[in-house]
Amino acid sequence: MSSSDSTFKRFVEVGRVVLLKSGPFSGKIAVIAEIIDHNRAVIDGPTTGVTRQSYPYKHLTLTPLTLTKLPRGAGSGVIKKHLEKEATVEKWDKSSWAQKRAATEKRRSLNDFGRFGVMLAKKARRDVVRKSVFKTKKSA
Amino acid sequence: MARSKELVPGVGRFSRSQVAAKRGLFKGLKKSEKPAATESPATIEKSVGGDKNGGKRLIPTSKAPRFYPAEDVRLPKKSRKSPKPAGLRTSITPGTVLILLAGRFRGKRVVFLKQLESGLLLVTGPFKVNGVPLRRVNQAYVIATTTKLELDGLKVDDKINDAYFAKAATKGPRSAEAEFFEGGKPKPKEAFPESKSADQKEIDKAIISSVKKTENLAKYLKASWGLSKGQFPHQLVF
Repeated sequence: MSSSDSTFKRFVEVGRVVLLKSGPFSGKIAVIAEIIDHNRAVIDGPTTGVTRQSYPYKHLTLTPLTLTKLPRGAGSGVIKKHLEKEATVEKWDKSSWAQKRAATEKRRSLNDFGRFGVMLAKKARRDVVRKSVFKTKKSA
Repeated sequence: MARSKELVPGVGRFSRSQVAAKRGLFKGLKKSEKPAATESPATIEKSVGGDKNGGKRLIPTSKAPRFYPAEDVRLPKKSRKSPKPAGLRTSITPGTVLILLAGRFRGKRVVFLKQLESGLLLVTGPFKVNGVPLRRVNQAYVIATTTKLELDGLKVDDKINDAYFAKAATKGPRSAEAEFFEGGKPKPKEAFPESKSADQKEIDKAIISSVKKTENLAKYLKASWGLSKGQFPHQLVF
């Protein structure tokens, strides 16, 4: 893998952490364990609840995270060890991408009263911003 | 088939829709009272001329028909089925906040109290919070939210039933003119019956006290519901 002579930054490679976009595991992350062909790869997520399976690239997104030292065709146990050693899941959870996804998920699961509460909170925030802008404009 | 003379036993001259048009039920049921039917005796006595005719004779007032149908016509079987009131959706329990989707108060959020015998739902705004009075609504025109109020202390009086909401029947023919005008001037509005406003207040008192327990709930009930850009009702959680 010589990524130095390419302008691309994320590659389909063994150890690449991917985000699943469809199926029962959609929204979870997993690791590419082995590349089957130019359509599918074997993915595995022993710490994220994704079972080992072949998955089409069409339905997954590459993340900037990788397991650097994962050997080709590693089993679930080895992948788990690497994931825990490199704290990949924690890194993913801290990334703004994952946090944004969590936020949208939370918004989506709010009920009508919850949405009303969000509306009130946003109104209050706007009010504070508007007032402080007016104040600074006046003093300047 | 009174209007539609029988051509053949069982077959009328006019079609079903023609008879319906002649009956004119689209104009509404007749409100005028029928003149009291004067009872006529079954027979009357008539004097008959001639010596050998006995002088008098009893004659039936309505003649017996001259012809009888030769064949019996089978009457269609009368249906004894009648629709039952709809069962209550499981998502609706006393205290559930509902969103009204039709009628004068569409978009309002109201509190469900109980289901009436007709299957309609008894709801209230409460009136003091958002102006929706005690009212019956069809559950088909309602979104049930997951927000629920604690209505432990509330006992809805049994007098609040379907009859409670019925309009007082007006007898005799009345013109639209007489309904709204009196002596060339618009009629003053009839005052809302005091007993009903007292009922409203009594029920609302318990509800408002439980509304106050949750922050922003009164504001929520006061606000109208609507869809904004990018919102689709089937994707929303209520």
